[in-house]
Amino acid sequence: MRDLTETLVEFIRRTSTDLPPDVEQALTGARDREAPGSAARGALEAILQNVALSRRNSTPICQDTGTPIFYVHYPAGWSTRQLREQIRAAVIQATKRSYLRPNAVDALTEKNSGNNLGDAAFPTIHFEEIEGDELSVDLLLKGGGCENVGAQYSLPNSALGAGRDLAGVRKVVLEAAHKAQGQGCAPGILGVAIGGDRGSAYSASKEVLFRQMEAINPDPQLAALETRLTDETNQLGIGPMGFGGQTTVLGVKMTSMHRLPASFFVTVSYMCWADRRRRMVVRGDEVLYD
Amino acid sequence: MRNLTLPLSDEAIRELQVGDPVALSGVMVTGRDAVHKWLIETFIKKTRSPQGDDQVVYEAIRPLLAGSAIYHCGPVVAGLETQQYRFVAAGPTTSTREEPYQGEVMRHFNIKAVIGKGGMGPKTLAACETGPGVYLHAIGGAASLIAQTVEKVLGVYKLDFGVPEAMWVIQVRNFPAVVTMDAHGHSLHAEVESRSKTELERLLAA
Repeated sequence: MRDLTETLVEFIRRTSTDLPPDVEQALTGARDREAPGSAARGALEAILQNVALSRRNSTPICQDTGTPIFYVHYPAGWSTRQLREQIRAAVIQATKRSYLRPNAVDALTEKNSGNNLGDAAFPTIHFEEIEGDELSVDLLLKGGGCENVGAQYSLPNSALGAGRDLAGVRKVVLEAAHKAQGQGCAPGILGVAIGGDRGSAYSASKEVLFRQMEAINPDPQLAALETRLTDETNQLGIGPMGFGGQTTVLGVKMTSMHRLPASFFVTVSYMCWADRRRRMVVRGDEVLYD
Repeated sequence: MRNLTLPLSDEAIRELQVGDPVALSGVMVTGRDAVHKWLIETFIKKTRSPQGDDQVVYEAIRPLLAGSAIYHCGPVVAGLETQQYRFVAAGPTTSTREEPYQGEVMRHFNIKAVIGKGGMGPKTLAACETGPGVYLHAIGGAASLIAQTVEKVLGVYKLDFGVPEAMWVIQVRNFPAVVTMDAHGHSLHAEVESRSKTELERLLAA
Protein backbone atom coordinates (compact mmCIF):
# COMPACT_ATOMS: atom_id res chain seq x y z
CA MET A 1 0.00 0.00 0.00
CA ARG A 2 1.13 3.53 -0.81
CA ASP A 3 2.63 5.61 2.02
CA LEU A 4 0.66 8.86 2.32
CA THR A 5 2.48 10.24 5.37
CA GLU A 6 4.26 13.18 3.66
CA THR A 7 1.14 13.96 1.64
CA LEU A 8 -0.84 14.09 4.88
CA VAL A 9 1.72 16.41 6.54
CA GLU A 10 1.25 18.83 3.63
CA PHE A 11 -2.52 18.45 3.98
CA ILE A 12 -2.34 19.32 7.68
CA ARG A 13 -0.12 22.32 6.89
CA ARG A 14 -2.68 23.65 4.43
CA THR A 15 -5.55 23.10 6.82
CA SER A 16 -3.85 24.84 9.73
CA THR A 17 -2.39 27.78 7.82
CA ASP A 18 -4.67 28.48 4.84
CA LEU A 19 -8.29 29.39 5.60
CA PRO A 20 -10.79 28.13 2.98
CA PRO A 21 -11.72 30.87 0.46
CA ASP A 22 -15.46 30.72 1.18
CA VAL A 23 -14.86 31.41 4.89
CA GLU A 24 -12.48 34.26 4.11
CA GLN A 25 -15.05 35.74 1.75
CA ALA A 26 -17.73 35.55 4.45
CA LEU A 27 -15.38 37.34 6.87
CA THR A 28 -14.66 40.04 4.29
CA GLY A 29 -18.40 40.61 3.85
CA ALA A 30 -18.80 40.81 7.63
CA ARG A 31 -16.02 43.38 7.90
CA ASP A 32 -17.68 45.59 5.31
CA ARG A 33 -20.95 45.56 7.27
CA GLU A 34 -19.39 46.89 10.49
CA ALA A 35 -19.19 50.63 11.13
CA PRO A 36 -15.83 52.22 10.27
CA GLY A 37 -13.78 52.80 13.42
CA SER A 38 -15.81 50.35 15.54
CA ALA A 39 -14.15 47.69 17.70
CA ALA A 40 -16.06 45.08 15.69
CA ARG A 41 -14.59 46.29 12.42
CA GLY A 42 -11.13 46.52 13.97
CA ALA A 43 -11.43 42.90 15.10
CA LEU A 44 -12.40 41.69 11.63
CA GLU A 45 -9.62 43.73 10.01
CA ALA A 46 -7.11 42.07 12.35
CA ILE A 47 -8.64 38.67 11.59
CA LEU A 48 -8.30 39.19 7.82
CA GLN A 49 -4.72 40.45 8.18
CA ASN A 50 -3.96 37.38 10.24
CA VAL A 51 -5.49 35.08 7.61
CA ALA A 52 -3.27 36.61 4.89
CA LEU A 53 -0.17 36.50 7.09
CA SER A 54 -0.72 32.87 8.09
CA ARG A 55 -1.08 31.84 4.46
CA ARG A 56 2.05 33.75 3.44
CA ASN A 57 4.24 32.46 6.28
CA SER A 58 2.76 28.97 6.67
CA THR A 59 2.05 29.60 10.34
CA PRO A 60 -1.08 28.41 12.16
CA ILE A 61 -4.05 30.76 11.78
CA CYS A 62 -4.86 30.04 15.43
CA GLN A 63 -2.49 28.62 18.02
CA ASP A 64 -5.24 26.27 19.17
CA THR A 65 -5.10 23.70 16.42
CA GLY A 66 -7.70 21.69 18.29
CA THR A 67 -8.41 18.02 18.05
CA PRO A 68 -7.58 17.02 14.49
CA ILE A 69 -10.75 15.32 13.20
CA PHE A 70 -10.23 13.20 10.09
CA TYR A 71 -12.85 11.59 7.86
CA VAL A 72 -11.34 9.05 5.48
CA HIS A 73 -13.40 7.65 2.60
CA TYR A 74 -11.47 4.82 1.00
CA PRO A 75 -12.07 2.42 -1.86
CA ALA A 76 -11.62 -1.33 -1.31
CA GLY A 77 -8.01 -2.39 -1.11
CA TRP A 78 -6.73 0.16 1.39
CA SER A 79 -5.76 -0.91 4.89
CA THR A 80 -7.39 1.27 7.55
CA ARG A 81 -4.82 0.01 10.06
CA GLN A 82 -1.99 1.35 7.88
CA LEU A 83 -3.86 4.56 7.07
CA ARG A 84 -4.32 5.16 10.80
CA GLU A 85 -0.59 4.68 11.38
CA GLN A 86 0.20 7.10 8.56
CA ILE A 87 -2.19 9.74 9.87
CA ARG A 88 -0.71 9.45 13.36
CA ALA A 89 2.83 9.68 11.94
CA ALA A 90 1.80 12.77 9.93
CA VAL A 91 0.33 14.41 13.04
CA ILE A 92 3.64 13.90 14.90
CA GLN A 93 5.55 15.39 11.98
CA ALA A 94 3.17 18.36 11.60
CA THR A 95 3.56 19.07 15.31
CA LYS A 96 7.38 19.02 15.00
CA ARG A 97 7.11 21.51 12.15
CA SER A 98 4.88 23.83 14.25
CA TYR A 99 1.79 23.43 12.06
CA LEU A 100 0.04 21.94 15.07
CA ARG A 101 0.34 22.67 18.77
CA PRO A 102 0.89 19.67 21.06
CA ASN A 103 -2.66 19.40 22.40
CA ALA A 104 -3.18 15.91 23.83
CA VAL A 105 -3.39 16.11 27.62
CA ASP A 106 -3.95 13.02 29.79
CA ALA A 107 -7.05 13.84 31.84
CA LEU A 108 -5.79 11.97 34.91
CA THR A 109 -2.06 12.66 35.01
CA GLU A 110 -2.33 16.13 33.35
CA LYS A 111 0.67 15.22 31.18
CA ASN A 112 0.78 16.62 27.67
CA SER A 113 2.05 13.86 25.38
CA GLY A 114 4.08 16.47 23.48
CA ASN A 115 3.49 14.93 20.06
CA ASN A 116 -0.30 15.36 19.71
CA LEU A 117 -1.02 11.67 20.04
CA GLY A 118 -3.37 10.57 22.77
CA ASP A 119 -5.70 7.62 22.98
CA ALA A 120 -7.57 6.09 20.03
CA ALA A 121 -9.77 9.20 19.78
CA PHE A 122 -6.87 11.69 19.59
CA PRO A 123 -6.58 12.47 16.75
CA THR A 124 -10.13 11.43 15.85
CA ILE A 125 -10.23 9.33 12.69
CA HIS A 126 -13.42 8.10 11.02
CA PHE A 127 -13.17 5.51 8.25
CA GLU A 128 -15.77 4.61 5.68
CA GLU A 129 -15.36 2.33 2.69
CA ILE A 130 -16.83 3.69 -0.54
CA GLU A 131 -17.26 2.58 -4.11
CA GLY A 132 -14.98 3.83 -6.88
CA ASP A 133 -11.23 4.31 -6.88
CA GLU A 134 -10.71 7.69 -5.18
CA LEU A 135 -9.58 8.06 -1.60
CA SER A 136 -10.55 11.29 0.12
CA VAL A 137 -9.59 12.74 3.47
CA ASP A 138 -11.45 15.60 5.14
CA LEU A 139 -9.89 17.35 8.10
CA LEU A 140 -11.38 19.76 10.63
CA LEU A 141 -9.23 21.57 13.19
CA LYS A 142 -11.61 22.69 15.92
CA GLY A 143 -10.12 24.48 18.90
CA GLY A 144 -11.09 24.15 22.54
CA GLY A 145 -12.56 27.64 22.99
CA CYS A 146 -15.38 26.97 20.55
CA GLU A 147 -15.68 23.33 21.58
CA ASN A 148 -16.43 24.49 25.12
CA VAL A 149 -19.48 26.53 24.06
CA GLY A 150 -21.19 23.65 22.26
CA ALA A 151 -24.53 22.65 23.80
CA GLN A 152 -27.07 19.87 23.76
CA TYR A 153 -30.75 20.34 24.58
CA SER A 154 -33.40 17.76 25.30
CA LEU A 155 -36.83 18.85 24.10
CA PRO A 156 -39.29 19.83 25.40
CA ASN A 157 -37.52 22.60 27.31
CA SER A 158 -40.07 24.39 29.46
CA ALA A 159 -37.72 27.20 30.55
CA LEU A 160 -37.50 28.34 26.91
CA GLY A 161 -40.99 27.26 25.91
CA ALA A 162 -39.43 24.99 23.31
CA GLY A 163 -41.51 22.05 22.11
CA ARG A 164 -40.59 19.04 20.00
CA ASP A 165 -40.73 20.72 16.62
CA LEU A 166 -38.73 23.11 14.45
CA ALA A 167 -40.10 26.10 16.38
CA GLY A 168 -38.60 24.55 19.52
CA VAL A 169 -35.34 23.87 17.69
CA ARG A 170 -35.16 27.55 16.73
CA LYS A 171 -35.54 28.65 20.34
CA VAL A 172 -32.81 26.47 21.79
CA VAL A 173 -30.36 27.34 19.02
CA LEU A 174 -30.91 31.03 19.73
CA GLU A 175 -30.30 30.40 23.42
CA ALA A 176 -27.10 28.48 22.68
CA ALA A 177 -25.85 31.37 20.54
CA HIS A 178 -26.66 33.83 23.31
CA LYS A 179 -24.91 31.76 25.94
CA ALA A 180 -21.80 31.47 23.78
CA GLN A 181 -21.51 35.29 23.53
CA GLY A 182 -18.10 36.00 21.97
CA GLN A 183 -16.39 33.11 23.80
CA GLY A 184 -16.26 30.75 20.84
CA CYS A 185 -14.45 33.38 18.75
CA ALA A 186 -17.37 35.03 17.01
CA PRO A 187 -18.37 35.36 14.25
CA GLY A 188 -18.52 31.59 14.04
CA ILE A 189 -20.60 28.96 12.30
CA LEU A 190 -23.24 26.90 14.11
CA GLY A 191 -23.49 23.20 13.27
CA VAL A 192 -26.85 21.86 14.43
CA ALA A 193 -28.05 18.25 14.56
CA ILE A 194 -31.72 17.55 15.23
CA GLY A 195 -32.41 14.08 16.63
CA GLY A 196 -29.92 11.25 17.06
CA ASP A 197 -28.64 10.19 20.45
CA ARG A 198 -26.26 12.18 22.63
CA GLY A 199 -23.17 10.71 20.96
CA SER A 200 -24.19 10.42 17.30
CA ALA A 201 -25.71 13.91 17.36
CA TYR A 202 -22.52 15.63 18.48
CA SER A 203 -20.61 13.90 15.66
CA ALA A 204 -23.27 14.92 13.13
CA SER A 205 -23.26 18.53 14.38
CA LYS A 206 -19.56 18.66 13.46
CA GLU A 207 -19.94 16.85 10.14
CA VAL A 208 -22.28 19.59 8.83
CA LEU A 209 -19.45 22.06 9.35
CA PHE A 210 -17.71 20.56 6.31
CA ARG A 211 -20.39 22.10 4.07
CA GLN A 212 -19.47 25.17 2.04
CA MET A 213 -20.66 28.52 3.41
CA GLU A 214 -22.89 29.23 0.41
CA ALA A 215 -24.28 25.65 0.16
CA ILE A 216 -28.06 25.54 0.44
CA ASN A 217 -29.51 22.80 2.62
CA PRO A 218 -31.17 20.11 0.44
CA ASP A 219 -34.14 20.05 2.84
CA PRO A 220 -36.27 23.15 2.15
CA GLN A 221 -37.52 23.37 5.76
CA LEU A 222 -33.97 23.28 7.10
CA ALA A 223 -32.77 25.66 4.39
CA ALA A 224 -35.37 28.19 5.53
CA LEU A 225 -34.52 27.69 9.19
CA GLU A 226 -30.77 28.09 8.52
CA THR A 227 -31.42 31.47 6.88
CA ARG A 228 -33.79 32.57 9.61
CA LEU A 229 -31.45 31.53 12.42
CA THR A 230 -28.46 33.24 10.82
CA ASP A 231 -30.47 36.45 10.59
CA GLU A 232 -31.93 36.20 14.10
CA THR A 233 -28.64 35.25 15.75
CA ASN A 234 -27.15 38.36 14.19
CA GLN A 235 -30.00 40.40 15.67
CA LEU A 236 -28.62 39.46 19.11
CA GLY A 237 -25.90 42.04 18.39
CA ILE A 238 -23.10 40.12 20.13
CA GLY A 239 -20.82 40.84 17.20
CA PRO A 240 -17.24 39.90 16.36
CA MET A 241 -15.33 38.81 19.50
CA GLY A 242 -18.42 39.77 21.53
CA PHE A 243 -17.58 43.47 21.05
CA GLY A 244 -21.11 44.19 19.83
CA GLY A 245 -21.85 44.48 16.11
CA GLN A 246 -23.72 43.27 13.06
CA THR A 247 -22.27 39.80 12.62
CA THR A 248 -22.46 37.24 15.41
CA VAL A 249 -22.45 34.19 13.14
CA LEU A 250 -21.34 33.73 9.54
CA GLY A 251 -23.87 30.97 9.04
CA VAL A 252 -25.89 28.10 10.47
CA LYS A 253 -25.67 24.54 9.07
CA MET A 254 -28.29 21.98 10.03
CA THR A 255 -28.94 18.29 9.66
CA SER A 256 -31.62 15.94 10.94
CA MET A 257 -31.30 12.36 12.14
CA HIS A 258 -33.57 9.59 13.29
CA ARG A 259 -34.30 9.66 17.00
CA LEU A 260 -35.79 7.39 19.63
CA PRO A 261 -39.47 7.97 20.41
CA ALA A 262 -38.50 9.20 23.89
CA SER A 263 -35.62 11.46 22.86
CA PHE A 264 -35.55 14.75 20.96
CA PHE A 265 -32.06 16.20 21.15
CA VAL A 266 -30.92 19.41 19.55
CA THR A 267 -27.14 19.52 19.44
CA VAL A 268 -25.15 22.62 18.63
CA SER A 269 -21.45 22.65 17.78
CA TYR A 270 -19.94 26.10 17.55
CA MET A 271 -17.12 26.50 15.04
CA CYS A 272 -14.96 29.59 15.51
CA TRP A 273 -14.36 32.01 12.63
CA ALA A 274 -11.08 30.13 12.00
CA ASP A 275 -13.07 27.38 10.30
CA ARG A 276 -10.13 25.21 9.29
CA ARG A 277 -11.55 22.48 7.09
CA ARG A 278 -9.93 21.03 4.01
CA ARG A 279 -10.14 18.02 1.71
CA MET A 280 -7.53 16.04 -0.15
CA VAL A 281 -8.19 13.41 -2.81
CA VAL A 282 -5.88 10.62 -3.92
CA ARG A 283 -6.62 9.50 -7.46
CA GLY A 284 -4.10 6.97 -8.77
CA ASP A 285 -0.69 8.63 -8.44
CA GLU A 286 -2.22 12.07 -8.22
CA VAL A 287 -2.94 13.99 -5.01
CA LEU A 288 -5.35 16.90 -5.17
CA TYR A 289 -5.76 19.48 -2.41
CA ASP A 290 -8.88 21.67 -2.46
CA MET B 1 -4.37 53.85 19.52
CA ARG B 2 -2.82 54.32 22.92
CA ASN B 3 0.76 53.10 23.42
CA LEU B 4 1.39 51.47 26.78
CA THR B 5 4.73 50.42 28.23
CA LEU B 6 4.96 47.60 30.74
CA PRO B 7 5.13 47.77 33.73
CA LEU B 8 2.09 50.06 34.04
CA SER B 9 1.57 52.87 36.52
CA ASP B 10 -1.72 53.22 38.42
CA GLU B 11 -2.20 56.55 36.68
CA ALA B 12 -1.88 55.01 33.20
CA ILE B 13 -4.38 52.31 34.19
CA ARG B 14 -6.97 54.80 35.47
CA GLU B 15 -6.81 56.73 32.22
CA LEU B 16 -7.99 53.71 30.27
CA GLN B 17 -11.66 53.37 29.34
CA VAL B 18 -13.68 50.54 27.87
CA GLY B 19 -13.34 50.66 24.08
CA ASP B 20 -9.81 52.11 23.97
CA PRO B 21 -7.52 50.32 21.52
CA VAL B 22 -4.02 49.88 22.97
CA ALA B 23 -0.57 48.73 21.84
CA LEU B 24 1.55 47.15 24.57
CA SER B 25 5.33 47.03 24.68
CA GLY B 26 7.57 45.47 27.30
CA VAL B 27 7.78 42.18 29.19
CA MET B 28 4.75 40.03 30.01
CA VAL B 29 4.19 36.46 31.13
CA THR B 30 1.78 33.85 29.76
CA GLY B 31 -0.30 31.84 32.20
CA ARG B 32 -3.55 29.93 31.83
CA ASP B 33 -5.46 27.08 33.44
CA ALA B 34 -2.69 24.98 35.03
CA VAL B 35 -0.76 28.07 36.16
CA HIS B 36 -3.72 29.71 37.89
CA LYS B 37 -4.68 26.51 39.71
CA TRP B 38 -1.06 25.95 40.77
CA LEU B 39 -0.61 29.53 42.01
CA ILE B 40 -3.81 29.50 44.04
CA GLU B 41 -3.26 26.09 45.62
CA THR B 42 0.45 26.47 46.33
CA PHE B 43 0.99 30.13 47.21
CA ILE B 44 -2.32 31.85 47.83
CA LYS B 45 -4.66 29.35 49.55
CA LYS B 46 -1.70 27.10 50.45
CA THR B 47 -3.72 23.91 50.33
CA ARG B 48 -0.73 22.17 48.74
CA SER B 49 2.90 22.53 49.79
CA PRO B 50 5.53 23.67 47.30
CA GLN B 51 7.28 20.82 45.49
CA GLY B 52 10.21 20.52 43.10
CA ASP B 53 11.08 23.92 41.65
CA ASP B 54 7.82 25.56 42.83
CA GLN B 55 9.44 28.01 45.26
CA VAL B 56 12.23 28.96 42.85
CA VAL B 57 9.73 29.64 40.07
CA TYR B 58 7.56 31.69 42.44
CA GLU B 59 10.50 33.93 43.40
CA ALA B 60 11.43 34.33 39.72
CA ILE B 61 7.97 35.29 38.46
CA ARG B 62 7.05 37.68 41.29
CA PRO B 63 9.16 40.61 40.03
CA LEU B 64 8.11 39.86 36.43
CA LEU B 65 4.39 40.01 37.22
CA ALA B 66 4.52 43.03 39.57
CA GLY B 67 2.91 45.96 37.77
CA SER B 68 2.83 44.00 34.55
CA ALA B 69 0.52 41.77 32.54
CA ILE B 70 -0.47 38.12 32.49
CA TYR B 71 -1.47 36.78 29.10
CA HIS B 72 -3.96 33.92 28.79
CA CYS B 73 -2.23 32.18 25.92
CA GLY B 74 -1.05 28.71 24.96
CA PRO B 75 1.34 29.39 22.09
CA VAL B 76 2.80 27.32 19.28
CA VAL B 77 6.54 27.56 19.91
CA ALA B 78 9.36 26.61 17.53
CA GLY B 79 12.84 25.64 18.67
CA LEU B 80 11.79 23.32 21.47
CA GLU B 81 14.63 20.89 20.74
CA THR B 82 17.37 23.52 20.65
CA GLN B 83 15.80 25.80 23.30
CA GLN B 84 16.11 28.67 20.81
CA TYR B 85 12.45 29.46 21.39
CA ARG B 86 10.41 31.45 18.91
CA PHE B 87 6.65 32.18 19.05
CA VAL B 88 4.98 31.01 15.85
CA ALA B 89 1.30 31.42 16.79
CA ALA B 90 0.14 33.12 19.96
CA GLY B 91 -3.46 34.30 20.13
CA PRO B 92 -5.43 34.51 23.39
CA THR B 93 -7.37 31.69 25.00
CA THR B 94 -10.81 32.05 26.64
CA SER B 95 -10.34 33.91 29.93
CA THR B 96 -13.53 33.03 31.77
CA ARG B 97 -12.06 29.73 32.98
CA GLU B 98 -9.72 31.77 35.22
CA GLU B 99 -12.58 33.78 36.74
CA PRO B 100 -12.54 31.79 40.03
CA TYR B 101 -8.83 32.58 40.50
CA GLN B 102 -7.96 35.78 38.64
CA GLY B 103 -8.85 38.45 41.20
CA GLU B 104 -6.82 36.82 43.95
CA VAL B 105 -3.88 36.23 41.62
CA MET B 106 -3.99 39.89 40.54
CA ARG B 107 -3.95 41.09 44.15
CA HIS B 108 -1.24 38.66 45.28
CA PHE B 109 1.21 39.61 42.49
CA ASN B 110 0.03 43.20 41.88
CA ILE B 111 -0.79 42.35 38.27
CA LYS B 112 -2.12 45.42 36.43
CA ALA B 113 -3.36 43.94 33.18
CA VAL B 114 -4.99 40.67 32.30
CA ILE B 115 -4.92 39.87 28.59
CA GLY B 116 -7.16 37.24 27.02
CA LYS B 117 -10.38 36.85 25.10
CA GLY B 118 -14.07 36.62 25.86
CA GLY B 119 -13.92 38.79 28.97
CA MET B 120 -14.28 37.93 32.65
CA GLY B 121 -16.86 38.21 35.39
CA PRO B 122 -17.66 40.28 38.48
CA LYS B 123 -14.80 39.00 40.69
CA THR B 124 -12.19 40.11 38.19
CA LEU B 125 -14.02 43.37 37.54
CA ALA B 126 -13.94 44.08 41.29
CA ALA B 127 -10.19 43.37 41.35
CA CYS B 128 -9.76 45.82 38.44
CA GLU B 129 -11.56 48.53 40.44
CA THR B 130 -9.48 48.10 43.58
CA GLY B 131 -6.16 47.29 41.86
CA PRO B 132 -6.44 49.37 39.80
CA GLY B 133 -6.27 47.02 36.84
CA VAL B 134 -7.68 46.40 33.38
CA TYR B 135 -8.76 43.53 31.20
CA LEU B 136 -7.39 43.77 27.69
CA HIS B 137 -9.09 41.81 24.92
CA ALA B 138 -6.78 40.45 22.23
CA ILE B 139 -8.24 39.23 18.94
CA GLY B 140 -9.11 35.56 19.29
CA GLY B 141 -7.55 33.45 16.58
CA ALA B 142 -5.25 36.20 15.31
CA ALA B 143 -2.32 34.00 16.24
CA SER B 144 0.20 34.69 13.48
CA LEU B 145 -0.41 38.43 13.71
CA ILE B 146 0.09 38.53 17.48
CA ALA B 147 3.15 36.23 17.33
CA GLN B 148 4.82 38.87 15.14
CA THR B 149 4.67 41.33 18.03
CA VAL B 150 6.65 38.93 20.22
CA GLU B 151 10.21 40.15 19.71
CA LYS B 152 11.90 37.72 22.02
CA VAL B 153 11.21 34.77 24.29
CA LEU B 154 13.18 35.62 27.42
CA GLY B 155 12.56 32.35 29.21
CA VAL B 156 10.08 29.70 30.24
CA TYR B 157 8.93 28.30 33.58
CA LYS B 158 6.94 25.16 34.29
CA LEU B 159 7.48 23.65 30.88
CA ASP B 160 6.49 20.36 32.52
CA PHE B 161 2.89 21.68 32.42
CA GLY B 162 3.20 21.28 28.62
CA VAL B 163 3.94 23.89 25.93
CA PRO B 164 0.46 25.50 25.98
CA GLU B 165 0.29 25.64 29.80
CA ALA B 166 3.83 26.79 30.62
CA MET B 167 4.72 30.33 31.73
CA TRP B 168 6.50 31.96 28.83
CA VAL B 169 8.29 35.23 29.56
CA ILE B 170 8.06 37.33 26.42
CA GLN B 171 9.15 40.73 25.26
CA VAL B 172 6.53 42.30 23.03
CA ARG B 173 6.36 45.38 20.85
CA ASN B 174 3.03 46.95 19.89
CA PHE B 175 0.94 44.00 21.00
CA PRO B 176 -2.63 44.97 19.93
CA ALA B 177 -5.63 44.75 22.29
CA VAL B 178 -8.81 46.58 23.26
CA VAL B 179 -9.79 47.62 26.81
CA THR B 180 -13.03 45.76 27.54
CA MET B 181 -13.01 45.99 31.37
CA ASP B 182 -11.63 49.11 33.02
CA ALA B 183 -10.75 50.28 36.52
CA HIS B 184 -13.97 52.30 36.77
CA GLY B 185 -16.34 49.34 37.01
CA HIS B 186 -17.25 49.21 33.31
CA SER B 187 -17.36 45.95 31.39
CA LEU B 188 -18.17 45.79 27.69
CA HIS B 189 -18.94 42.08 28.20
CA ALA B 190 -21.59 42.76 30.84
CA GLU B 191 -23.16 45.41 28.56
CA VAL B 192 -23.23 43.19 25.47
CA GLU B 193 -24.55 40.26 27.53
CA SER B 194 -27.38 42.34 28.89
CA ARG B 195 -28.33 43.96 25.56
CA SER B 196 -28.26 40.62 23.74
CA LYS B 197 -30.39 39.07 26.50
CA THR B 198 -33.11 41.64 25.80
CA GLU B 199 -32.94 40.76 22.09
CA LEU B 200 -33.07 37.04 22.89
CA GLU B 201 -36.19 37.49 25.00
CA ARG B 202 -37.83 39.48 22.19
CA LEU B 203 -37.03 36.72 19.68
CA LEU B 204 -38.22 33.94 22.00
CA ALA B 205 -41.51 35.73 22.54
CA ALA B 206 -42.05 36.26 18.79
